[in-house]
Amino acid sequence: MATPGHHTLSVFVENRPGVLSRVCGLFSRRGFNIESLAVGPTERTDRSVITIRVDCTRHSVEQVVKQLDKLIDVIDAIEVEPDSAIERELLLVKVKAEAEHRLEIMRMAEVFNARVVDAGATTLLLECVEHPDRLAALEELLSPYEIVEAVRTGRVAMTRASIANETARPKLNILG
Amino acid sequence: MSDSALDQARKRTGRMTGAEAIIRSLEAEDVTICWGIPGGAILPLYDAFMRCDHSIQHVLVRHEQGAGHMAQGYARATGKVGVCIATSGPGATNLVTPIADAFLDSTPLVAITGQVPTHLIGTDAFQEADITGIVMPIVKHSFLVQTVEDIPRALHEAFHIASTGRPGPVLVDIPKDLQQAEFDFAYPATIELPGYSAEFPEVPASIAAAATMIAQSKRPVIYVGGGVINAEASEDLILFAETLQAPVTTTLLAKGAFPDSHPLSVQMPGMHGSKYANWTIHRSDLLITIGARFDDRVTGKLDAFAPGAKVIHFDIDPAEISKNRRADVTLLGDLKRTLPALREAVVETRNAERLADQRDWLTDVQGWREENPFRYMKGEKLKPQYIIEQFDRALKGKDAIWVTGVGQHQMWAAQFLSIDGPRRWLTSGGLGTMGFGVPAAIGAQQGCPDAYVVNFDGDGCFQMTSQELATAICYDVPVIHAVMNNGWLGMVRQWQELFHDERFSETNLFGTIPDFVKLAEAYGCLGLRAETEAEVDAVIEQAIAERRPTVIDFRIDHDEKVYPMVPAGAASHEMIDQVWDNDWVEEGV
Repeated sequence: MATPGHHTLSVFVENRPGVLSRVCGLFSRRGFNIESLAVGPTERTDRSVITIRVDCTRHSVEQVVKQLDKLIDVIDAIEVEPDSAIERELLLVKVKAEAEHRLEIMRMAEVFNARVVDAGATTLLLECVEHPDRLAALEELLSPYEIVEAVRTGRVAMTRASIANETARPKLNILG
Repeated sequence: MSDSALDQARKRTGRMTGAEAIIRSLEAEDVTICWGIPGGAILPLYDAFMRCDHSIQHVLVRHEQGAGHMAQGYARATGKVGVCIATSGPGATNLVTPIADAFLDSTPLVAITGQVPTHLIGTDAFQEADITGIVMPIVKHSFLVQTVEDIPRALHEAFHIASTGRPGPVLVDIPKDLQQAEFDFAYPATIELPGYSAEFPEVPASIAAAATMIAQSKRPVIYVGGGVINAEASEDLILFAETLQAPVTTTLLAKGAFPDSHPLSVQMPGMHGSKYANWTIHRSDLLITIGARFDDRVTGKLDAFAPGAKVIHFDIDPAEISKNRRADVTLLGDLKRTLPALREAVVETRNAERLADQRDWLTDVQGWREENPFRYMKGEKLKPQYIIEQFDRALKGKDAIWVTGVGQHQMWAAQFLSIDGPRRWLTSGGLGTMGFGVPAAIGAQQGCPDAYVVNFDGDGCFQMTSQELATAICYDVPVIHAVMNNGWLGMVRQWQELFHDERFSETNLFGTIPDFVKLAEAYGCLGLRAETEAEVDAVIEQAIAERRPTVIDFRIDHDEKVYPMVPAGAASHEMIDQVWDNDWVEEGV
């Protein structure tokens, strides 16, 4: 849900041993609260991106970003503005699906662009790549059938292609 | 090292072991002295210290914590990077306290630790500790070196990171097998750290905004932190303050950054600062914050701190801006650039008419200062403040470096010493490390052999690191350790008396304190004692004259407290002051 105080940060880091624990350690040390975290490679083999969803009700997001920027292995930390970015997350969900409900569930999956990736005698396994809010909505709609298991990757984000940037990863303006 | 020798050290190439490469890298960084203790995982480096020709003095200490604090004392007294060395496991963990201290007080420190051989990492091998993991939250950066070829680059980056921007500690952990491996050494000429920069662009709009704020202010105050000392910007600060004709308050870390004897100085703010500093801040309409970080010991209750003031914040660390107190204008970057730039922008507006507007403010400040000096009451027993005043007098006009432990004696020294230059007051502020004094003073003296170095210590602090008297004797380091011996953990006792109904839980050291004169003599130091005022001058004179490692046991009044005081959580202008009215001081300002 788009709650005030919740922000998505895109942290561009050097691909070095220990960098993830430096970033995560910073969050626990400074009392920042991580909601979701996704790490993966980028277009460059020596760089990774850590996408962090952070609850900033106690701290300003500026303070979080500045502390991240202080880490030597962090090349850039930016807040992703929801309006100017595409945010996606992958959900795998196993839902109880007795014969009489199967079609109904599959139709619902279609509406959410979810795919049935596996089926058992009494369950269906769906995969869905969508905005996290949409995944939450899907989960809610599936819950009456009983969700056996659900796992999400944590969100990743990228500035929209339609928004012109001088550089692909704009440097945060800390000079205010 | 001379420039040409340094140049040569940086251009050196050749086949060598990783251990020798560490030494060659230290030479290339112009390191002339380091502190440490050998052990299994760092043995190849120590072997190379003996085997190779080199220009580095290694000082063998008695506990790795001592090595770290000595490197800190050296760094803070000289402005150079301090280097300490330890073995893996317990050697490395003993460095944790000085590393944390250097982190909180922004001291440039490079700690080199041996690590178990790469094939044993992660196996809980003998003396294995994940030191890069342990120190992660208290270093500016750390390296666990992965290949022998990486040793020069890691050290080069470590020195660069430790000494630039906001200085801090960097740890370089080097597995034993890499120290033994051979490779072709060449010192990197460049730094490749895309995620690190200590440079900030000039922002003319911020200078203009700050200048406007200054022009509109009637009651400005300059609040100075340790950043001024790290930036070597004391001269620029003096010019700036004199141009503005604004009072200057210097935090515990900044003592000496602006002369205590300057007419614009209102000394230290905060918990045990001067009433006039706290009142000046409280009444100000503009807080010009320079290299300071709104620490809770300065601000007291944060939302009652300088409640009517706008804030201009100079700093080199963007994360300090608006961390505790929102800044209205930010000036990021090197103070050597930003301070003169703002001065330039305001100098023409500081005409006689404008300064006349500010005259009432300076008169108020002056009045508060005259009516509320730091003071103490003489009694039958020896007062610590008297000892500090006598030391101050005895070394007036000489190059003196004052070092302290942490506690009451530290606050008395901060209040009663008059220090007029930077890097002449070394104390543990942020971390508040008892035991800092003895080793930090030794390191400072080794960096400044001609200075008179005095360590004001408490009996509790002194016993935490007194083993380093052996180091002082070994290397003939003539620090005077003036122990304010009250037989108590005095500052804790003061809090117990004031805030815990005099329940003196576990703070009485009396009866278990060794005879410090005999202890000094056992190490080969000069041991002296003074129990009355009449005896003070003679021991000070003798200690200064003999110029050798000395311990003076000053038996002080155990009931003496540090006043004035802002109780924890109170607003900083609400100070208690027992001696004169034993009550809350009226707000009065």
